[in-house]
Amino acid sequence: MTFAAPPLTAFDASLSRAPLGEAVFDPAPFLRAQASGKSRLELLVRGAKCAGCLAKIEREIARVPGVVEARFNLSTGKLAIAYAGAAERAIAIPLRLRELGFDSGPYDPTEAEIEDRREARELLIALAVAGFASGNIMLLSIPVWAGGDGSMGDGARTLFHWISGLIALPAALFAGRPFFRSAWQALSRGGANMDVPISLGVLLALGVSILETAQGGAHAFFDAAVMLLFFLLIGRYLDRRARNRSRSAARTLLALQAREARVLGPDGAVQVVRVSDIAPGALVLVAAGDRLPVDGEIVAGESALDLSLLTGESAPAPIGVGMRAQAGALNLDGVLTLRAERAAAQSTLADLARLIEIGAQNRSRYVEMAAKAARAYVPIVHSLAALTFLAWWAFGGELRPALLAAASLLIITCPCALGLAAPAVQVAASTALFARGVLVKSPTALERLAEIDHIVFDKTGVLTQGKAVLQNIAAIDPRVLQEAAALATLSRHPLARAVAGFAVAGFVVTEAREIAGQGVQARLDGVEARLGRASFVGAAPQHAETEMWFRKGEEAPQRFTFKDSLRADARETIAALCAEGFEIDIVSGDAQAPVMEVAEQLLIGRAIAEAKPGDKVARLEALRAAGRKVLMVGDGLNDAPALAAAHASMAPGAASEASQNAADLVFQSADLSPILAALRTAKRAKARMRENFLLAAIYNALAAPLAMAGLVTPLIAALAMSGSSILVTLNALRVSVKKGAS
Amino acid sequence: MSILLMLAPAAVMLGALGLAAFVWALKSGQYEDPEGAAARILLDDHQSEIERGG
Repeated sequence: MTFAAPPLTAFDASLSRAPLGEAVFDPAPFLRAQASGKSRLELLVRGAKCAGCLAKIEREIARVPGVVEARFNLSTGKLAIAYAGAAERAIAIPLRLRELGFDSGPYDPTEAEIEDRREARELLIALAVAGFASGNIMLLSIPVWAGGDGSMGDGARTLFHWISGLIALPAALFAGRPFFRSAWQALSRGGANMDVPISLGVLLALGVSILETAQGGAHAFFDAAVMLLFFLLIGRYLDRRARNRSRSAARTLLALQAREARVLGPDGAVQVVRVSDIAPGALVLVAAGDRLPVDGEIVAGESALDLSLLTGESAPAPIGVGMRAQAGALNLDGVLTLRAERAAAQSTLADLARLIEIGAQNRSRYVEMAAKAARAYVPIVHSLAALTFLAWWAFGGELRPALLAAASLLIITCPCALGLAAPAVQVAASTALFARGVLVKSPTALERLAEIDHIVFDKTGVLTQGKAVLQNIAAIDPRVLQEAAALATLSRHPLARAVAGFAVAGFVVTEAREIAGQGVQARLDGVEARLGRASFVGAAPQHAETEMWFRKGEEAPQRFTFKDSLRADARETIAALCAEGFEIDIVSGDAQAPVMEVAEQLLIGRAIAEAKPGDKVARLEALRAAGRKVLMVGDGLNDAPALAAAHASMAPGAASEASQNAADLVFQSADLSPILAALRTAKRAKARMRENFLLAAIYNALAAPLAMAGLVTPLIAALAMSGSSILVTLNALRVSVKKGAS
Repeated sequence: MSILLMLAPAAVMLGALGLAAFVWALKSGQYEDPEGAAARILLDDHQSEIERGG
């Protein structure tokens, strides 16, 4: 069966040439009914950045029939709509947004994201409480320190200590919860992390200070305990915020990929459902230009599939009734009806999912620098504290000074600088990269990236643009090119798209129709013209997959040839990477000839073609066994297992969902230079981190003997702690100051 | 020195007031869209009335 598209009018043609991507999505399945009878709809809108956009979006969307209220969040790009109209009319909203010039997608947060946001909020409140408490206690502490020469009476000092304690105790117990919780989890698993000494130090300092105050003693550490929490919470909050921002930006990219499908109901009516709701056996309609949402068998229609995201193959594959197709393939020309064989969750290929899982497990064994430091640090500090306590008790015979010395040791060596050292660098580096369009998704990604010495590239869509580019422009008469372009605007076939860019106004196109798998036919200024396969225009084919023919009236047919060309800066970037000492491989699923051609152009010595997903992983394993730390850069579904298995991985913003999820970093850019920037920034970040740990170690080595000798007063503790924290933070900021250099 | 019995709690109370104000602002969504808030001040409040002829 051949599907003939209905005649296109010039108006349809202008719609299909909307500058922003593919067809708009249908928001109907994402409407959430509410008690009031209205529904809520949340959309992510891309590209709205100014006050004018905000005003325009809110004003125009509020006018769409059925919309009760529209509120746009300029910071997150989220548009919240209260909707009271019919669900099937809701598509008017994204259509209107498209007319205004904005791409939109459904916003559908996962449980994990809601939890993340809740935690970030909890951290912020804890931070505010700790800030309030440390500020007020400092107001009380300064008179106590100033009156240390005896000008302040003991009664007033004790009063000030009591007031400090009344503020510090509830504040520290509240603001310290994130640390206590994490320390408890680590302890109950039988391990120790940085939060164990923090929690112990804070609790011990509070306890000793209360004892001191009750006995009218001179030294109370309320200020130090709360200030410690305040500094650590700043680091932790900034870290969490930077990560949430990268993650939500990564989500925005994915939300713009289609998540709904058209399913034929038993009565023959077309329903729009979420992709995740497609049941096995359902009949799914896939329009030209859409991706297949599930695995299935074609029951009607004829078309060609672009499998480049699945296999890396650049040439389209023809498909017809009775053939089976995989989810993720892009339908190029005709409308296909697909009988779903598996639900969407299983369709992403059980094998691929399993491979991704194995890779992710490997990586989760990676131990961060901060955790390594904590492992070495915790036992040393704790045994020193125990030693101090025992020594003071044994030789002094009194419990109070012994406890005081041990507590001051824990406070002053408390890893304030250590706890800030890693997050401050992470935040500075990932913010600098974010500004360049690189999203750092995994907390350990930068550290792993800094160790890379070998890079494996996928070809299609990474080194190349992943789309056809017209090659023989010079050989084509400009008039013929413009005529062909006028016809090409009527089709969504990738080859036609590559020509449509040359269209100019002024042609009268009538009786246009697209014949699936063949081409477009129309009357151009009254003369019959055809654009499509060689046989369709009556020419002799020379190379079927990458050519297109045009013929107007009785003129000689004109051949157009296409090739997937390299990204603009591929050569420079690869050369720069080689110059910096990285070994480079290509591992592609595409055929031998195109892979070798790219390898030659880029002067890459090692290239493997026709690699299946398992072969890619095997190649990475072989490199790993040889002691290499490999960065995998890939975009296809077939790359996802390799991305998960590599030491670190990057995916471009146009990559498949599975690849973006498996990759540590996602770069949104038309060129490859972000890879270089990310590697350089990661190296610099790791150097700063190492310096910060060194600074913290030196500081602790100086401070610990003082504390063990019982010479640390609360004043010294407060000064040492803020001094080292500021030093570490300033050093971390050097990462972002230099960002212009890379 | 007994003035301290008044002043110290008063200072703490003022601080606590600031904290309460911050927590209230956070919970009522004032920090949800800082960029939008900055932009909205530039918008003409009466736009819809003008369009309606009011």
